[in-house]
Amino acid sequence: MNPSYRIERWTTASRISVWVFALLFLAACFLSQSGNDSLLSRGVVLFVYVLLAATWNALAGFAGLMSVGQQAFFGLGAYFAIRLSDSGVPVFAAMGLSAIIVAALSWPMSIVMLRLKDGEFAIGMWVLASLCHLLVNLDPLIQGETGISLIALNAYDPETRRVILFTFALVSTTAVLGFLFFLLQSRFGTALQAIRDNDEAAGSLGVNVLKAKRLIFVFAAFGGAIAGALWLGANISFQPKTYFGVQWSAYMIFMVLVGGIGTFEGAILGAIVFFIIETFFAAFGVWYLIGLGTAAIVFSLVFPQGIWGTVVRKWNLHLLPIGRRLSISNEK
Amino acid sequence: MTQLEIRNLEVCHGLLKAVRGVDLDVNAGEVLAIVGANGAGKTTLMRAIAGSHRASKGSIHFNGQDIGALPAHQRVKRGLSLVPEGRRLFPKMTVQENLAVSAQIGRSGNWSIDSIFEVFENLVKRRHAKAETLSGGEQQATAIGRALVANPEIILLDEVSLGLSPAIVDRVYSILPKLRATATTVVLVEQDLGRVLKVSDRIICMLEGQVVLQGPTAELTREQIVEAYFGLKTSRKEKVQP
Amino acid sequence: MMGLLVQGVLLGGYYAILAAGLAFLYSVMGIINLAHGALAVVAAYMLLLFSQMTGMSPFVGLLLVLPAMAVIGVIVERGIFEPSSRGGPLLAVLATFGMSVVIDNLLFQQFGANTQSLANFIGDLSWDSWDLGGGLYVGKISVYTFLTAVFVLGGLQLLLTFTPVGRAIRATAQDSDTAGLIGLDARRIRMISSAIAFITIGIAGAALGMRSSFSPYAGGALLLFAFQATVIGGTATIWGTLIGGIILGLAQTLGAQIAPQGFLIGGNLVFFAVLFIRLLRGDMNWRSVLRLNRKATQ
Repeated sequence: MNPSYRIERWTTASRISVWVFALLFLAACFLSQSGNDSLLSRGVVLFVYVLLAATWNALAGFAGLMSVGQQAFFGLGAYFAIRLSDSGVPVFAAMGLSAIIVAALSWPMSIVMLRLKDGEFAIGMWVLASLCHLLVNLDPLIQGETGISLIALNAYDPETRRVILFTFALVSTTAVLGFLFFLLQSRFGTALQAIRDNDEAAGSLGVNVLKAKRLIFVFAAFGGAIAGALWLGANISFQPKTYFGVQWSAYMIFMVLVGGIGTFEGAILGAIVFFIIETFFAAFGVWYLIGLGTAAIVFSLVFPQGIWGTVVRKWNLHLLPIGRRLSISNEK
Repeated sequence: MTQLEIRNLEVCHGLLKAVRGVDLDVNAGEVLAIVGANGAGKTTLMRAIAGSHRASKGSIHFNGQDIGALPAHQRVKRGLSLVPEGRRLFPKMTVQENLAVSAQIGRSGNWSIDSIFEVFENLVKRRHAKAETLSGGEQQATAIGRALVANPEIILLDEVSLGLSPAIVDRVYSILPKLRATATTVVLVEQDLGRVLKVSDRIICMLEGQVVLQGPTAELTREQIVEAYFGLKTSRKEKVQP
Repeated sequence: MMGLLVQGVLLGGYYAILAAGLAFLYSVMGIINLAHGALAVVAAYMLLLFSQMTGMSPFVGLLLVLPAMAVIGVIVERGIFEPSSRGGPLLAVLATFGMSVVIDNLLFQQFGANTQSLANFIGDLSWDSWDLGGGLYVGKISVYTFLTAVFVLGGLQLLLTFTPVGRAIRATAQDSDTAGLIGLDARRIRMISSAIAFITIGIAGAALGMRSSFSPYAGGALLLFAFQATVIGGTATIWGTLIGGIILGLAQTLGAQIAPQGFLIGGNLVFFAVLFIRLLRGDMNWRSVLRLNRKATQ
């Protein structure tokens, strides 16, 4: 009897779930053509949450960077969409272009920010968000805290607008998730895992830690900016205070902690859970926020694996072929 | 009189059993040496006695009381101090402060900060120097002094000669007669067999987490110890009883 | 111009008090407390409640509030800092951030959005000033705040350097495992450290309430000020916090002269400028505040 080892990537569960994801995508495409208005606008909200959760999770769960300042990119994404649209760029192109600009801006930011560690990075990002907020307020177009609306959207009738926005959200979310998925599948994913486990050791093994972290930082900035632009598209009005508010970080932390930090599936699950909770409890206002904060404390202290982390641990269930599993079977 | 009584002690590092089923009696006032190759479990055993590793099995009795569940700081209060491997001084604190922080919570007795400076005269001029700026020998003297000012009944010395020149080691070991004079029990881990044979009353030899040889120093030959050290001839199961 | 400089420096004293607890907790326990600002606001509300209920000065209220903050410090250490830091520094970030969200919203629930101040309860002090000649006036409360900062930081310095408790705190911060081996109870010392930090947060809350106004959601901005002062001043001594506070205060005061938003922008820009200079010089040594050596984490 010699045990034989096999390194697995695809499992039955992950094969099925990839098909399910593909079907969901098709269903969503179909929905965008025939769905009703409120369904479409709630759908955009869900996509925004998924984007925020997935990118915050990439940052915190894969690169070990806890940020409480991702609202910087969320706000900038919305701001540049308005700025570009005001200077004549077609509105949906402005939204996409805005995310690219923000990603480009985040590159030089990362040089300074990645020098900070752990809690310093977390608050440092918050300071960065506060600076971005203040600088955006300097733009006369924004009229300070009064804000401005994305008037260019009025060129479309409400129904067409919703369909285009939903499709835009669907495509960009799929693209961001897909990119992250392939990133994690590549050699780079293995490097990231090494960094998460121990970034000094990873460095000594020849993983370029800084480069990997920077890539994730820029990616997260891009995702945050797309989410901000989408939020702007759904709500039309831009008030800096709402977009640059730290509550966005609170939401991201809640989603990822509850879903399961460091797992691709967990972040999406967390976004769905948050979406449901928000739908039913947001009306409770202050108590809703107190509940979110309490959940963040409880999950980080007693349940840091989150829901998906626990599922993975208990049943070794992986819905997506990320990472490699060791399969041992006894053969003669 | 048995001061420290260890029965069937087992300590794990994750999945690895570093100490497996050690029985050990330490008598009051004796100097007991523990020898063994790297990885034999000596340091783990010392740390388990001091309380910085939790034992997964077995018992430790000190002066008849079960101390197995006590955290390290409470064992110090009962009179059991460890000089850890690698000295582990507080690097940003001065020699004086390193001694004072131990003296302020330690037991009362013969040893005081002043008497440490009397014994280790070379420390006097370094009194207000940061520990990180000391030489190896000075650091070791400070580390031993730091344990002694707590006035332990039993002091555990883990590899005190590591990385020091023979002359310096002589000076460090000059503390032993004084410990004998105050009837302090000494358990020491030492690689230098010659020195062990010179200073100890009794020797324990460990191999792969177990005690494979023990007996009074006077009754053991160098060859016996070397065999046990490398695991030659003596099978692991049969312990040579004195 | 002279007036501005004086004003900026005095403002810096306020930031130094605000930063003291944050820097202390970080250097002693390795915890960055994201609820720091929210806790200062809690202290200010406690003082407000005391004065409203008894009609007495908030200075008397401090006799009650500071011990209360110490107790809260012990509870938070046992309930949040200690369990979260066992899971690594990142969980502590999340747990304390969650705590700040809870505190902010509980305060809002309890006291509403109204802006409050302790100024009404300290009589003339809130507006009295000294005439330094040449048209230069300095507010008494600002001067007292600055002196308090010197007193708080000096007190921490003396405590850490010369008292047995201070030695024990430093030893535990440098190597908690070895501290246990020489008889120090690390858990007890962490509780004491946390209590001390929370007392300084209480003092910061008093300074906040007396010299300006506060509202339930003010904590976030306070945390950022405290953090900026700590990072900017990051030299090898506890007085770096005061220097950092002063630089931040000057940058904000001068920034405000240029544009209304310049107050905050000035502070933020100085913060990033300092980070950038450190980057060029290649040393990020501000974690050696209080001359403590954080072990092995970097």
